[in-house]
Amino acid sequence: MSDSYVTPDGRTIGGKVLEMRNITLRFGGVVAIKDISFDIREGEIRAIIGPNGAGKSSMLNVINGFYHPQEGEIWFHGEKRKPMKPYQIAKQGIARTFQNIALFKGMSTLDNIMTGRFNQMKTNMALQMLWKGPAEREEVANREIVERVIDFLEIQAIRKTPVGALPYGLQKRVELGRALAAQPKLLLLDEPMAGMNVEEKEDMSRFILDVNDEFGTTIALIEHDMGVVMDISDRVVVMDYGKKIGDGTPDEVRNNQAVIDAYLGVDHG
Amino acid sequence: MSAPVLPDGLDTFPKLLARNAKQWATVPAYREKEYGIWQSWNWAEVLEEVNALAMGYVALGLNEGDHVAIIGRNRPYLYWAMLAAQAAGAIPVPLYQDANAQEMAYVLAHCGARFVVAEDQEQVDKVLEIQDNLPNVEQIIYYDKRGMRKYDHTQLTAYEDVQAEGRTGHSRLAPVLKERQAKLDENATCVMLYTSGTTGKPKGVVLSNTNIIASAKASSEFDNLNAGDSVLAYLPMAWVGDFIFSIGQACWTGFCVACPESPDTMQADLREIGPSYFFAPPRFFEGLLTNVMIRIEDASPMKKRLFHKYMAHAKKVGPALLDGKPVSFGDRLKYWIGDKLIYGPLKNTLGLSRVRVGYTAGEAIGPEIFEFYRSLGINLKQLYGQTEASVFITQQPDGEVRADTVGVPSPGVELKIADNGEVFYRSAGTFVEYYKNPESTASTKDPEGWVATGDAGFIEESSGHLRIIDRAKDVGKMADGSMFAPKFVENKLKFYPDILEAVVFGAGRENCVAFINIDLGAVGNWAERNNIAYASYQELAGHPQVLDTIQNHIEEVNKSVAADEMLSGCQIHRFLVLHKELDPDDGEMTRTRKVRRKLVGEKFDDLVQALYDGAKTISTETEVTYEDGRKGSIKATLELRDVAVVPVTKEVAA
Repeated sequence: MSDSYVTPDGRTIGGKVLEMRNITLRFGGVVAIKDISFDIREGEIRAIIGPNGAGKSSMLNVINGFYHPQEGEIWFHGEKRKPMKPYQIAKQGIARTFQNIALFKGMSTLDNIMTGRFNQMKTNMALQMLWKGPAEREEVANREIVERVIDFLEIQAIRKTPVGALPYGLQKRVELGRALAAQPKLLLLDEPMAGMNVEEKEDMSRFILDVNDEFGTTIALIEHDMGVVMDISDRVVVMDYGKKIGDGTPDEVRNNQAVIDAYLGVDHG
Repeated sequence: MSAPVLPDGLDTFPKLLARNAKQWATVPAYREKEYGIWQSWNWAEVLEEVNALAMGYVALGLNEGDHVAIIGRNRPYLYWAMLAAQAAGAIPVPLYQDANAQEMAYVLAHCGARFVVAEDQEQVDKVLEIQDNLPNVEQIIYYDKRGMRKYDHTQLTAYEDVQAEGRTGHSRLAPVLKERQAKLDENATCVMLYTSGTTGKPKGVVLSNTNIIASAKASSEFDNLNAGDSVLAYLPMAWVGDFIFSIGQACWTGFCVACPESPDTMQADLREIGPSYFFAPPRFFEGLLTNVMIRIEDASPMKKRLFHKYMAHAKKVGPALLDGKPVSFGDRLKYWIGDKLIYGPLKNTLGLSRVRVGYTAGEAIGPEIFEFYRSLGINLKQLYGQTEASVFITQQPDGEVRADTVGVPSPGVELKIADNGEVFYRSAGTFVEYYKNPESTASTKDPEGWVATGDAGFIEESSGHLRIIDRAKDVGKMADGSMFAPKFVENKLKFYPDILEAVVFGAGRENCVAFINIDLGAVGNWAERNNIAYASYQELAGHPQVLDTIQNHIEEVNKSVAADEMLSGCQIHRFLVLHKELDPDDGEMTRTRKVRRKLVGEKFDDLVQALYDGAKTISTETEVTYEDGRKGSIKATLELRDVAVVPVTKEVAA
């Protein structure tokens, strides 16, 4: 397979951003991920799907450094990645959202999204207490980035609302906003549409496509709604019981017998 | 038309703009909240932006006299798009942004626009959807680039690229603009606005520079508006009022027009801007009052008591203070304390602290609602107007404000009442014609320039104020010959926060019946407080306790209607609560949210019949249209109720 390709809708996908090589992750005797390899390329929307307990979220946690695999290598931008803390990985330009919303419920939408800029802030506590000078300048610069995210996600009306008071669908959007505020090169979305109604799903799909289109952000997402996955992703990895059982374009995956068996069950008769 | 009424050199918008850029170069002209901050442009900058766009239009091939359609929400860029069309010798035609593709297709085909300026992808999509049937549309200019990258750009150009094109070709294009502008005069068409029309297809109202500028001038002088004032532009750009306020008066007086960040943030933006000149339809004031009352219901007992105590005092003396009538010192003191404790903070929360001149129009406002705002010390007044009149027909001067009249004729307006009670007017603002529709023009405007308003009313002899009773064609007779004025009763019903909309039927019948739409905000809040569970609007609307409440309201209204000797026959005998909200998408209301009475009566004919034949319940099925144009249907079984009426003692036998 050559390194770059052109999608049916005419976007050119670049080289490998992230490459997982023979990853195995164990918790004691349980093997969560077993010898999986795949890559994510620049500018693509890459989906990871699979039945419950297939190891999808574990895979995302390996990518952002929350879990450390016992075997295998992770290559990021052509370099082998040493074991790192999640915050170090975040600084490299990988941001994520969580399956169960992990926002600060008592803080406003604006403040929550501002936390997405935390890694980019350099002034120390003493300067921040002084406020005037570098800390203020830094805050203004970061606020502008955050305001652009708010504008992009069309959540101006809830800028000052505590997120705990927001409906679920909007909280998900705020979480996406926080990840976007970090201006990531690679965005990991863990079930961005779980629990949403049809309209909210349509909105979220639109935003995911727009993020990819406007900022050229590479996106890896886990999603259960097959309709959504097949519609918006360029390539799909299918996992089952910790193993990779399929990898390719939505059409290829849809016709893959192993995938069909995993989802529909096999006739044992 | 008549002799020139405008000062020389200020008879077209390009000239006004040039004057403003000189006279008020650094005064803010347009503001918009974007990225959390109020961005601002002064008049000099506005002139530059408008000219750049106008030259860009010319570079793209816009001809003199072309119509330029403008679709989107209130944004400075779109106001400039209109001013730029005028600067290039063309005619702006703003459209309702929430119109669906079919409605838009009619207007675009009718005006024959070659250029369309659309705000964003959503509006561009609508135009593209209908473009196959619209050979006249050649260029679409969009402002917001988001999501537009993958479109076929042979006919699409970004707003800023058009401006860049104009700036690049400055030396070549500026003389063209100058030449075109020199040909414009006060009789040139200024704008074409489509009336939403409670009946039939929209009509294109052609308004000349005289119409708009003379109206803007007269009304600005009437209320002493000046460059220090500010307004919030949030009403549809296609509506004549917005054109008069945000372009006409703004360019004439140089005041600042602020645009909200998004439609949802209007209330917060209103508070931040604190406009000194404010316009809203009665619906807005009703909604605001309902919200206030809901929140007071949820407040602590102490706050509740304080609120009610001081509001009672405000009702007593507030309007008198506003009108400059004598008020005792004790009452003044108490009002002053109330202002510090209640009225001031409330006005601030509502964003109305700085309102010097406030207007409401479009429909009659409930007297209690009107008095509420007046008693807070907000100078809310009524005006009566029409697209065909460039808004102003009558308005209330300071100090002569009353809930039941619409004021005295605006400066330069003549009024007359026909034998059947219909109001006619003639003024400098009277429209030129309906575009491509001489029959309608002839039937509305007579050769002497008198225009029929379609409203029935009379001039009060004691004060000279005009009072509107109802739409002339809606005012009818009941079976026993007594007068039937549905609006009169509906307005009384709509004062109750629980009732959002009411439609009364009764022309040619023995008695009156009503459809009610509940207000989901108010009734939902009540349900929550009383632990009443509901899953949908429909379920709440059919709840027996809700019906009880509505029944009580109607019985109270009947008592008040019975007190009016002319209209006592209009008491409501039976009613039902509709299972869906009346909606412009279903054609039941106009885009400006006026009920299309006839259409509602026809559409829900089965329900009207049931109200008259005495049935207790009725099952019905209604087709609904979703925002994206798909259709569905709602089935419901509705309960019909009888209401107590006050026996009318007609002319007690002498």
